[in-house]
Amino acid sequence: MKEYKLALSDEILMQVEKPARYIGNEVNSIVKTGDEKVKIRYAMCFPDVYEIGMSHLGMKILYDMLNRWEDVWCERVFSPWVDLDKIMREKNIPLFGLESQDPIKNFDFLGITIQYEMCYTNILQVLDLAGIPLRAKNRTWDDPIVMGGGPCTYNPEPIADFFDIFYIGEGETRHREILDLYLECKEQGLSREEFLRKAACIPGMYVPMFYQVEYHEDGTIKEFGPIYEELPKKIKKEMVLDVSNTYYPLKPVVPFIKVTQDRVVLEIQRGCIRGCRFCQAGQLYRPVREREVDVLKKYALEMLKNTGYEEISLSSLSSSDYSQLEELINFLIEEGKEKHTNISLPSLRIDAFSLDVMSKVQDVRKSSLTFAPEAGSQRLRNVINKGISEEQIIQGSSLAFQGGWSRVKLYFMLGLPTETEEDIRGIAQLCNKVAATFFDVVPKEERKNGPVQIVASTSFFIPKPFTPFQWAPMNTKEEFIEKAYLTRSAVMEQINQKRIKYNWHEADTSVIEGVLARGDRKLNNVIESLYQKGCIYDSWSEYFKNDLWLETLAEHGLTTEFYNTRQRSFEEILPWDFLDCGVTKEFLMREWKQAVGEVESPNCRQKCLGCGAARYGVGVCKEPKTGGQS
Amino acid sequence: MRIRIKFSKHGAVKFIGHLDIMRFFQKAIRRAQIDVAYSGGFSPHQIMSFAAPLGVGLCSNGEYLDIEVNSHQGREDMMSRLNEAMVEGIKIENIVALSDNAGNAMASVAAASYLVEWKLKAEKPQGLKESCHSFFAQKEIFVTKETKKSTMSVDLKPGIYAFEEKEEGIYLLVDASSSGNIKPALLLEAFFAYLNLPFNPNSIQITREDTFTRDKKGSLIPLDQAGENF
Repeated sequence: MKEYKLALSDEILMQVEKPARYIGNEVNSIVKTGDEKVKIRYAMCFPDVYEIGMSHLGMKILYDMLNRWEDVWCERVFSPWVDLDKIMREKNIPLFGLESQDPIKNFDFLGITIQYEMCYTNILQVLDLAGIPLRAKNRTWDDPIVMGGGPCTYNPEPIADFFDIFYIGEGETRHREILDLYLECKEQGLSREEFLRKAACIPGMYVPMFYQVEYHEDGTIKEFGPIYEELPKKIKKEMVLDVSNTYYPLKPVVPFIKVTQDRVVLEIQRGCIRGCRFCQAGQLYRPVREREVDVLKKYALEMLKNTGYEEISLSSLSSSDYSQLEELINFLIEEGKEKHTNISLPSLRIDAFSLDVMSKVQDVRKSSLTFAPEAGSQRLRNVINKGISEEQIIQGSSLAFQGGWSRVKLYFMLGLPTETEEDIRGIAQLCNKVAATFFDVVPKEERKNGPVQIVASTSFFIPKPFTPFQWAPMNTKEEFIEKAYLTRSAVMEQINQKRIKYNWHEADTSVIEGVLARGDRKLNNVIESLYQKGCIYDSWSEYFKNDLWLETLAEHGLTTEFYNTRQRSFEEILPWDFLDCGVTKEFLMREWKQAVGEVESPNCRQKCLGCGAARYGVGVCKEPKTGGQS
Repeated sequence: MRIRIKFSKHGAVKFIGHLDIMRFFQKAIRRAQIDVAYSGGFSPHQIMSFAAPLGVGLCSNGEYLDIEVNSHQGREDMMSRLNEAMVEGIKIENIVALSDNAGNAMASVAAASYLVEWKLKAEKPQGLKESCHSFFAQKEIFVTKETKKSTMSVDLKPGIYAFEEKEEGIYLLVDASSSGNIKPALLLEAFFAYLNLPFNPNSIQITREDTFTRDKKGSLIPLDQAGENF
């Protein structure tokens, strides 16, 4: 029998669902066992199950970058699924890195990517199973430095007590500096606190234990700031200036088991020119920076070769805005014919080009068109600055129906600021018009694929930090449900109602997500208490315990009203105000006023709105503008 | 040209299930830049046939799959390219060329041999030689087989071709055809019941030693002997 090293016994692995989640050993995973050059052990964590975490691009980028450095060994760690979680607790098995199978507790760094609010209890699960004290203040040099990154760190306050450092912005820029400082401090025999204090002076680093908050009696923030003079009052996001000349994982790990995003992922650009007012990503990643198309072609071929995948997908916000999209897609299609690779298309604006491409790479009978008008009326679409008109949707569907498509998906949000009953009815009316278009443009004898099928989905709007809607009230659960019923009954009233299927999201999770998204430090106790009560995997509806969340908030004297449904004033100090994400508060205020005035704003290619991101001096900010409205 | 690949599977990868091993090989063949043939149709796939699926937790020295290639640079080249594309624990052991009329890997499987070892040598029961012998000498060996719909009693005896003690443990050669496949764990359960001993599947390691087909005369031969060197 051959020897092998696994943290879990055969008996346990045979007992749990999908043991391949825990054994590492995948193609392209990096093993540096016995390598004497390694000075830093880094565990990169996505606090959700393996299949979700292994689909995340940011983690792949950083894993690749860190392992290129001779003195670092970066491994992966994910949340053990509930079955193994239980066993590890019963048998006191410490959480381990997949590559070495060594306990995380012995690592130098634990980097956690925080992609959605509902993973917060899983962060505590990871820390706890690793044997790391949950609160940063209780940790010693025996514990890894716990760092957080990702979109949720643009309001890190609800989880501030659990992290030593938050890295604000894109991970490629400052990691080397942090690691060098770490080595230096260790060598000099400095304390952990001294290291953190120095780290807090590196741009982009937020060390929450050195920042204090005071509250007014009504629970809003009175004062927020650093306790040491040398620390920055405002922490500016880190950003890669030249995205064509930076790290990119050309040999990503290839999982044995099927994961959510089971293909080569090519990131074509960062940022978005559109400025939809509800969208956080659209503000956080400004300005748009495109990767050179020749670089992308080279990457694509190399990654397909290094992984053996037969499918590649393009990743970015609003992919249709990538200026070299046509060239890139045509190249990938041509290459694919020879090498038997497929391209999985991102959602594209529906026009002649995208329909042509779609017909080449998908089975028209089986695929569907996707529109995301987000709101049912033109008035409300102006409010949210979603630059898509009814005419464009009807024209796009008409073209597509003539090309043989008969399935359409439409995405909307309920609960947007200023929304009225009329706007909600507009959702049903728009769906009806799309259906009617089908019957207008496709003669009976040509309806081979059956009649048109429309799927309308609504999610509930959650105001997010660093958007023009960050001050806006969110709806209550009851309002949400009422609006979903109204949408449904409005759909039922349509002539083509039989052709329209309507789905809506659950409201409970949205309410809690709202609390966490705009929450403050008071929530740390709530989250820890929920974790102690057994909450993990809150993002999985089957494990989300709504009653427990509401009950625990109340136990700590907190309400969903305070976080969600009240209108915040421009004067209020918001929990995330000490961060500088690149766009200014003044810009967000201007955009809020434009929203209320139902005025659209041009996109970054048409006209500069002076959001603040131009100070980086890169990307779309440097391009000449075309003028005009979208 | 049709190619038969023999590979072994040991160590941590024993926890990778059959379907995932198939997906692993599809990608490995592409990484190795083997000029593999694809089927036609709207979503072409590699022409590939695996022999008998191996249960999760089992190791193997004799797994097989067939592929079809449009061109190649010789057997050595293909072996080394494929081995480059493997992971720790999976190794290409042999490659042979199949004649056009040879049955595919899956359809040709007739039997498989297994070695059962105790993870802790001390746990190996005493007097195995005799007990194996007397167990195998029975006229019939009935076990209860659970299917999705029902449970039924089946006589395994006709499908057992060898059941004997070896130095490392127990060697068995059993039917592995699609119609009469015998899972070694099921047979061992019956054996332990026969000995009135508790059966703990976690205390043993089962390794498939080889997978067999029948030649023209009806004798069992390893699947790679159905092909030729090239």
